[in-house]
Amino acid sequence: MKLLRELGFLLRISHSRGIVRRYFVVNGFDGALTMLGVILGFVTTDRVPLSVVIGACLGAAIALGVSGVSSAYLSEKAERQRALSELEEAMARSLQSSAHAQAARWIPLLVALVNGSAPLLISLMIIAPLWLASAGIPLPLEALHAALLVALVIIFLLGVFLGRVAGNSLWRSGLQTLLVALVTVGLILLLSA
Amino acid sequence: MAAVTRILLDVLKPHEPSVLDLARALADLGDYRVCVRVLEMDKKTESLEIEVAGSDIDFDAIQTVIRDLGAALHSVDEVDVCGHNARAQME
Repeated sequence: MKLLRELGFLLRISHSRGIVRRYFVVNGFDGALTMLGVILGFVTTDRVPLSVVIGACLGAAIALGVSGVSSAYLSEKAERQRALSELEEAMARSLQSSAHAQAARWIPLLVALVNGSAPLLISLMIIAPLWLASAGIPLPLEALHAALLVALVIIFLLGVFLGRVAGNSLWRSGLQTLLVALVTVGLILLLSA
Repeated sequence: MAAVTRILLDVLKPHEPSVLDLARALADLGDYRVCVRVLEMDKKTESLEIEVAGSDIDFDAIQTVIRDLGAALHSVDEVDVCGHNARAQME
């Protein structure tokens, strides 16, 4: 509880709440669209064993996660260090033992974790029907179609989340992101025809 | 030993944490009464006049809180100190 309060305080003084939210949506959206594309690619080609699809999706999900963690950590660390140096200049003193230095150390880690875990977790949720089917659990739809449906629902929900952040219509915002996904589906189907 | 019952500080601090955060952190140190006046606002910093009042103010702890929140104590402008006998009379 104390740790969460401390983290909340560091997020507040470093104005990072919006950044964390943005990273979550941007990279989560990346993960969902990537999975949508990979799975749709398998749907439009000749049948391949489910284990191959799972392997390809899992590989992409892990790569997205690692890429998200490393790129966000490096860029956020550089930005935070720069902001801290500018503040030290304005204060005409070192801030190394202050909450600002703590924020410069911990916020890049938090942002990196969010940026990496968002596409990874969303990808795992999308792959889940494939795992269930390969484990012999019956699904109401074919496994690949069920995974596509989960991807579309998650993309819609990301839009709903954005609508909630902006205070706009949740339906409108959800349908906007869903439209992006449907355009992607259309492009893939068009190019693979 | 004489006790410090009021101090007036000149402090420079970044915009974050807010004046409220700083005042609360100081007040929580020893159930002090804290009054903060913002004297000047710059692009990244603000100058404050902070008055802390209490029955026995721990000045070291106040300095630590100010430093931990990224602020800088420029000067101690006023001090009220109460001797042992005076305290006993007041109580």
